[in-house]
Amino acid sequence: MSKDTLENVRSSDHATLADKFNLDEPRVDWHDKTLWFIRQKRDKAAAQTPEWEQLRETASQIKNNVLSNLHSYLVEFELNAQKNGITVHWASNAAEHNSIVHSIIKKAGVTQVVKSKSMLTEECHLNDYLKGQNIDVIDTDLGERIVQLAGEPPSHIVLPCIHWKKEEIGELFSKHLGTPEGNSDPQFLTTAARIHLRQHFMTSRLAITGVNFAIAETGEFVVCTNEGNADLGVQLADIHIACMGIEKLIPKRKHLGIFLRLLARSATGQPITTYSSHFNRPRKGQEMHIVLVDNGRSERLASPDFRNALKCIRCGACMNTCPVYRRSGGHSYHYAIAGPIGAILAPGLDMKKHADLPFASTLCGSCTHVCPVKIDIHDQLYKWRQVIAKNNLVGNTKKSGLKGLNFILSHPGLYRFGGNVGRWILKNMPYVLNNRYNPWYKQRDMPDIPKQSFNNWYKKNRP
Amino acid sequence: MSSRDKILDAVKKNQPKALPLPLFTSVDHSVSDPLQRFIRTLGSIGGTAIETHSWEDIEFHLNERFLKEVRWVNMVPELGNIKGAPNGADPHLLENVKLAILKGHFGVTENGAVWVTDDQMGDRALPFICEHLAVIVQSDSLVNTMHDAYEKIGQAEYNFGTFIAGPSKTADIEQSLVLGAHGPKTMTVFLLSIHE
Repeated sequence: MSKDTLENVRSSDHATLADKFNLDEPRVDWHDKTLWFIRQKRDKAAAQTPEWEQLRETASQIKNNVLSNLHSYLVEFELNAQKNGITVHWASNAAEHNSIVHSIIKKAGVTQVVKSKSMLTEECHLNDYLKGQNIDVIDTDLGERIVQLAGEPPSHIVLPCIHWKKEEIGELFSKHLGTPEGNSDPQFLTTAARIHLRQHFMTSRLAITGVNFAIAETGEFVVCTNEGNADLGVQLADIHIACMGIEKLIPKRKHLGIFLRLLARSATGQPITTYSSHFNRPRKGQEMHIVLVDNGRSERLASPDFRNALKCIRCGACMNTCPVYRRSGGHSYHYAIAGPIGAILAPGLDMKKHADLPFASTLCGSCTHVCPVKIDIHDQLYKWRQVIAKNNLVGNTKKSGLKGLNFILSHPGLYRFGGNVGRWILKNMPYVLNNRYNPWYKQRDMPDIPKQSFNNWYKKNRP
Repeated sequence: MSSRDKILDAVKKNQPKALPLPLFTSVDHSVSDPLQRFIRTLGSIGGTAIETHSWEDIEFHLNERFLKEVRWVNMVPELGNIKGAPNGADPHLLENVKLAILKGHFGVTENGAVWVTDDQMGDRALPFICEHLAVIVQSDSLVNTMHDAYEKIGQAEYNFGTFIAGPSKTADIEQSLVLGAHGPKTMTVFLLSIHE
């Protein structure tokens, strides 16, 4: 398997990286099927929940309320969290977030920390930063640890190593954890990782986690995992740092009833994650910190077209259903969050760098239909395309192609003539179109050529 | 200006016109056999739920299932015959605990979860570090959904609370489900109803 190093992943556009992923066709089929299987599990769980659509609508409205009152919820949360003995920090951007986390680590005088899954810390590239400060960060989610050992970023927000085969993980563990060569049994490998990570849980004095939900009313925050790695890290550490985007707030504790019913069912089809832990107060002698991170969120709040993306609860359902994600792999998105949701979040942070991502979609709308908080993902993809085109960030091939198409479509005579010529060529000289210079023919078969156009047929057959 | 004030100012300036909170009324989820439903649901996510009618019953089950495991920690005074207490304030000393026995507040039939708070854990690390977890809840405490669960929790004060639904698990390696990722490899919930 080719190595998708951080540098490689960031230096190319979606189409190029997807091409690379598509070199191994059986692997693409396997990836596609695996994710579709998870999508089907989600469907089953949704169908078994009679008020599913009502839950989605309610979750969406709660999030709309949060975004429209975010200022007061933030102030309320800060006050209540402080009352609970939690230290609250504010970070305007990724750099400030990283330096706050580093300063807490430095003050504690530790050089090794355990971290459970947090998309925010991926967004801020915390691991890279801390590595530069000689801090060893151990990712403790099994999938994240696997990609970390391989020097890769996660390819999926819920299933970080969904693109890895067990034989490759066996090889990786053999190299890094000393497991016997050739053993790729998932049970065996998981046990090996359990033993390896238990040592780190037992020796790390500081644990970093993400946050799934923070409650303004009580100042508590909720972290959901299946493995129990967040809890094991935190409960054994002297210091707990929880990092969250400011949009993670919900107004009241009882609203967790809505979101916890939706989250795991949307993500993996489970009725709930194994652990949904509510942190109110540090235990005796423990320090608890929360870092509230803006990093472009307050700016996005001003945009009626794009603010809804801030409702995301990071379930990954839009990725599992996306025909493009399933066949191009998470790394083709070259951003911490892949798939449709990543493609609308990333341009908000850096439009130039991520101008390719909103085009990595068929606009089929499946993402929007499975989103548990009803984000209009495919509409936003379409709107981003327009913004990106207006800002002159569309590639020349695409631009000239679309301009040409626009010219032809706005001249009916030319369009009819072109149709006739096209049909003749496809019938008699297909190689003129079907060749390596025509990107449309990559991974596509020839369409069957109709004998005549609809226009000709209509002229002959109209009553 | 501090980052806090900068962020709060920007949010205040940019947030849209206030939208109301929705009302939500759940459909009726009541089932004729909540106990059986809970047992089935927990079973489907890798845990085991057992209906019991006395504390002796629970002791019997625990001895039958876990007798060969060396270190037990029991946080349930009613199970007085079972010895084993946490040894001191350092959670790291719990690393060799094979079986932890706790009380939970209630169970949720729709997802097999049990709500446990720190006052029931002795040490917050206990339910996560042990190899086998046993939780006892009263049969009549079962609620149907997470909405009912939060209704029941209400404004209760706790320092730490968690819903636990089955053993620690992962499917990160090719979607193969493995129980016992980092925490307990098994979870047994005893549904207790004592008839006078």
